[in-house]
Amino acid sequence: MTEDRNKASEEQLAYAGVLSIGMWIGLALLIVTFIAYVSGLLPSYVPIEKLSEVPQGSTVPYWGMRAHEFNETFNVPTGWGWVSIIGKGDYLNFVGIAMLGGLSILCYLVILPILIRKKDTSYVVIAILEVAVLVLAASGILKSGGH
Amino acid sequence: MVNSKKILKISQIIFFSLLVLSLSLPAFASGGQEVAKEAVPTSTTPWWVWPLVLFVVTFVLGILAVLGGVGGGVLFVPIVGGFFPFSIDFVRGAGLLVALAGALAAGPGLLKRNLASLRLAIPVALIASSAAIVGAMIGLALKPNVVNILLGATILLIVLIMATAKKSDFPKVPKPDNLSQSLAIMGIYREESLGQDVEWHIHRTPQGLALFIVIGIMAGMFGLGAGWANVPVLNLLMGAPLKISVATSKFLLSITDTSAAWVYLNQGAVLPMIVVPSIVGIMLGSMVGVKILARAKPKAIKWMVIGLLLFAGLRALLKGLGIWK
Repeated sequence: MTEDRNKASEEQLAYAGVLSIGMWIGLALLIVTFIAYVSGLLPSYVPIEKLSEVPQGSTVPYWGMRAHEFNETFNVPTGWGWVSIIGKGDYLNFVGIAMLGGLSILCYLVILPILIRKKDTSYVVIAILEVAVLVLAASGILKSGGH
Repeated sequence: MVNSKKILKISQIIFFSLLVLSLSLPAFASGGQEVAKEAVPTSTTPWWVWPLVLFVVTFVLGILAVLGGVGGGVLFVPIVGGFFPFSIDFVRGAGLLVALAGALAAGPGLLKRNLASLRLAIPVALIASSAAIVGAMIGLALKPNVVNILLGATILLIVLIMATAKKSDFPKVPKPDNLSQSLAIMGIYREESLGQDVEWHIHRTPQGLALFIVIGIMAGMFGLGAGWANVPVLNLLMGAPLKISVATSKFLLSITDTSAAWVYLNQGAVLPMIVVPSIVGIMLGSMVGVKILARAKPKAIKWMVIGLLLFAGLRALLKGLGIWK
């Protein structure tokens, strides 16, 4: 009896399984795309050597700028706009980053049917709310005013 | 015994090397200045030097984080933010992804071994991840000097918590509260050191969940990860056993940091040139750290990490106040 009780629940094991596979795929993608970026295999949207340069009239290098200044200077699209420049080495890296960022949503979607089957109503509601929160964060709808 | 001494010596060398390396890095002023469109390469340092140095520093941070029992993010943001020429926006974005990658890597094993409790994590994650979005939005809207002042103050608070907070292996929970009972937040795990199963419950759930609003906001605002705050709340306030608290906290970061990381990503505050060397450096360093940890447990490391955090926290605070640019 105790042996069963100290084992992880069905939904916990399902969550762990998806997390494990997704994490390795995401990390592998991140490393492969970074190698393609720094090796120059693919052209960069923002020239790689420019990042450490200090623009005229400024005291900070480009990668020392506030994010919104950097994006304005190089005309980098925000939100999901990076998908349109995915052919560029630097923004191809976002595929792996987005994969890691989307993994938790996928894990919740995998455990939802298990929670529904178990009639675990409160956790079904919480899990749905969590998916909604993560999707909202990922959607790019939320904006913050920069200085 | 000889091994422990040797490892302690190596750790001390790593610590002081990191300190010297940090001090020798030219600190550029960050953000806020008018930027001209045309660039004149005034720096003679080739671009690849910084990612390489970043990789080496994060590798060392990964070792120290494991030995000092802290998450990588809490060391990463103040040190890289204070001593590298990167904007605090990009550093916080990278910090969240560093903490996220570490949590994702550790999560499956902790869940399968039933040390991280999904039952405990799900309600907490909803609160913390929602608050982290708010924190990220506030953090990106604040001026860099304000971020540095608040970051410095937070790091000094973390130092205080690390230096003074006690931990309880098996906190006493006289009676589980109504909320935890209605959500059936409880569990049982195998405690190998005792050779027996340990049954656990929690109490003070509403107070704990309320504190996770604050923790989530701070995690999103500073990109720190939040293990330093998660563990005391889960363990000391809510009464979860220490192992369950540490493991659930680690897993929790994979959800909390996800929501904040998306906000940084969507605002263009993520630079692969900073993110990838940092993630790889910290993860490789952590693997080496785990191997060292298995052979010795030098308590002095904890104090070195506290010293390093104290130094980085003061640096952020003084940078924000314009005293140490």
